[in-house]
Amino acid sequence: MERFLQQIINGISLGSIYALIALGYTMVYGIIKLINFAHGDVYMIGAYVGYFCMTTLKLGFFPSLLISMIVCALLGVTIEKVAYKPLRNATRIAVLITAIGVSLVIEYGTMFFVKPDPRSYPLLTGFMAKSYHLGNLVFSSHQILIISITIVLMILLQFIVKKTRIGKAMRAVSLDRDAAQLMGISVDRTISFTFLVGSALAGAAGILVGIYYNSINPLMGVMPGLRAFVAAVFGGIGLIPGAMIGGYFIGLVEVMVSGYGNSMYRDAVVFAILIIILIVKPSGLLGKETREKV
Amino acid sequence: MVKNIVNASGNSKWLSLAGKWITLLLTLVIVQVLISANIINDYIFSTLVTIGVNIILAVSLNLITGFTGQFSLGHAGFMSIGAYTCAIITLRYSTVFGFVGGVIAGAVFAAIVGFFVGLPTLRLKGDYLAIATIGMAEIIKILFRNVLEDITNGAAGLSEIPQFNNWIWLFVFTAGTVILISNFIKSSHGRACISIREDEIAAEAMGISSTKYKVIAFVTGAFFAGIAGALYSSYFYYISPDLFGFQKSIDILVIVVLGGMGSISGSIISAILLALISTYLQSFPELKMIIYGVLLVVIMLFRPQGIMGSKELSLSLLKKWTEGIKGRNGGAA
Amino acid sequence: MPILSVNKLSKSFGGLMAVSNVSMELEQGELVGLIGPNGAGKTTVFNLLTGMYQPTSGIITLYRDQKEEQIQGLKPYTICKKGIARTFQNIRLFRDLTVLDNVRIAMNKNVKYGLLSSFFHSRSYSDEEKEMLDNSIHLLEILKLDHKKDELAKNLPYGEQRQLEIIRALATNPCILLLDEPAAGMNPAETAQLTEMIGWIRENFKLTILLIEHDMSLVMKICERIYVLDYGMVIAEGTPAEIKSNKRVIEAYLGEEM
Repeated sequence: MERFLQQIINGISLGSIYALIALGYTMVYGIIKLINFAHGDVYMIGAYVGYFCMTTLKLGFFPSLLISMIVCALLGVTIEKVAYKPLRNATRIAVLITAIGVSLVIEYGTMFFVKPDPRSYPLLTGFMAKSYHLGNLVFSSHQILIISITIVLMILLQFIVKKTRIGKAMRAVSLDRDAAQLMGISVDRTISFTFLVGSALAGAAGILVGIYYNSINPLMGVMPGLRAFVAAVFGGIGLIPGAMIGGYFIGLVEVMVSGYGNSMYRDAVVFAILIIILIVKPSGLLGKETREKV
Repeated sequence: MVKNIVNASGNSKWLSLAGKWITLLLTLVIVQVLISANIINDYIFSTLVTIGVNIILAVSLNLITGFTGQFSLGHAGFMSIGAYTCAIITLRYSTVFGFVGGVIAGAVFAAIVGFFVGLPTLRLKGDYLAIATIGMAEIIKILFRNVLEDITNGAAGLSEIPQFNNWIWLFVFTAGTVILISNFIKSSHGRACISIREDEIAAEAMGISSTKYKVIAFVTGAFFAGIAGALYSSYFYYISPDLFGFQKSIDILVIVVLGGMGSISGSIISAILLALISTYLQSFPELKMIIYGVLLVVIMLFRPQGIMGSKELSLSLLKKWTEGIKGRNGGAA
Repeated sequence: MPILSVNKLSKSFGGLMAVSNVSMELEQGELVGLIGPNGAGKTTVFNLLTGMYQPTSGIITLYRDQKEEQIQGLKPYTICKKGIARTFQNIRLFRDLTVLDNVRIAMNKNVKYGLLSSFFHSRSYSDEEKEMLDNSIHLLEILKLDHKKDELAKNLPYGEQRQLEIIRALATNPCILLLDEPAAGMNPAETAQLTEMIGWIRENFKLTILLIEHDMSLVMKICERIYVLDYGMVIAEGTPAEIKSNKRVIEAYLGEEM
């Protein structure tokens, strides 16, 4: 029983990471119907920026977190302006191919400049390094950090989306781009803002993973990116609560499969979930069916 | 074989058909001579194998994605089925018959998997289908790496696979693939596939079962990808699951996109081009992937139809181009 | 002799009843009009007849070859194979393909040679291809579009695109033709030409035609009977003269020119 609860804790920590990444996928898909293949790589950049801040610049965790988020936010906005905006009216396949291209450039560009060897994050000190015990259960401070920061960020996101004007603009543009434009909303700025927020969250996830798993490498964004995407689809692509639920679901599933089954099958299970969801209910857990008008 | 074949424009073109067969035969013979005389050495020949395999992969993917409009990002998965099947068979039965049987078995297995993958997933559109195909390919990879470890040797891969592939087999299978798929495209069933790409709803209204034709395209594409995989493992004598991952599927996609989705000659041209670039950049794998990435973005931004668009290389097309160039240079002629 | 009968057909989307208890009957060889204000559910009826939507309730019966068959809920390509063809309100041509290919593709459902023949270009392939080619060109000739057979569909002027839509539907060899606003966007001269063409193809192809239109000059001129739809329900049925003077119909259109 304890082992099970411990796995739950692990699953929630991992799920927080996936939720943060999945949010970026889902917001971008919701607003421009693009699967941003490069999103997982923005997360990787977040991890590297955090690494750079904490080792070379010898900054503390929270300043590094902030810088990671800012750098990734800017990266996301830049990618959108350079690669996706010109293709706003192109076919879906064209934008998808472009996203794959951007992803390759970021991954192998990083590899080229930074060398493909994994790097280790510096260990946190002080109260950050402690573990907390509740009976026989262990909460590492990293896990508490991840979960609490994720909760704070998600609350912040909900606030932005529900209570601010730009949040309303985001919702409007994802429902009907042309109507939003006619209402005076700047579609370009709204889309840029969406990328900004989504990428910042991915950056946060990157540095959190860095201190949690300790090891980073240029291709670390590929699998988590795909898994987070599965999470977003599972919860209902385009829906923010969906990404949150999906993230935690996939995190828990992964931990359970590794813990109770064989970690080799981890990915197979995640992809099987994807296939099943796409066949049974492609709009996801919280989604609604839409139909093309003839 | 030399009979009156009437093509779409109604002209009698048996001469051009005979011409095509003669060109093929000549290519086959001349290159074989060069190989036997060792003018084409192993290094050059391995590039030829890469080109041949890539042509088959690109043309078969083009059938699914370029002509039928179904976005498949898991083509390497079908290739791996062909590669492993043929390797396992030839490791047991190291004869030419084993090889041929291996190629056919590889292709058939790949086709069967293509059928069972295609049937449920081809209900999905665009991006969703793309992701589903990625997932399928990953599952296949995991199958070869973990589940079927006993026969596939898992992550360590299979080595010392008998090298039955040679120029003749390579040429026959490559030319065969191109001819068969081109033939298919020019048939009513091929046109049905194209109509699905153009407008699936209209196609259905005109009596075309989109599911049936999507599955046909998928299974056919998978079949030939299986052949490519078998040819690969029977020359490069070592395969492992990681060779056939997402990166390989992207490699194939780049060839198709660069050449033009919907152009077979485009796929051939870009397969040759990219095989040369790939061989040249062998020692700089990261640089090659960066270039591929930039290439994809640049093509989509500035020339999304790739080199050939959806047109095919033909004498009339060459004439049009040269006339166009002459016209520009000649000024007010 | 009836060829198609629709019995209490209904379609709801969530809470919205787009089509409600619609009953219609088409006699063989008739030219029937389906009119009504925008949003009345006319195209939805077409979509139900051609299998693009599943009805919520109701029965559609096709009478062919001395047999009757229920066709509601069948897939679009199956219904096309049974002899019902349609055009689309918003023109759905295969834009990047030639006029000739657009027509030939519509003949696919009658193709006899199989996959193996298509890969190996056997004798049956070349014979049947020639036949299809000749039939397609012939069809284009009698409908006066053969001079543009190698033109890409997207490059045709609007009126000819609409014409091609109809030719393509005819290429499926239907017994019933559903035309969805074929005159949309046409000027009076083009409309007059279209009117003639519709009458002509009804005669020469032995078709039954159901026509959705807003252009009343066209409808009143060639339709023998008219059904009027409003809010998804049939509010009137009769000859053009009867419909013109029907109070409910006039109310529904509220002052539109009749």
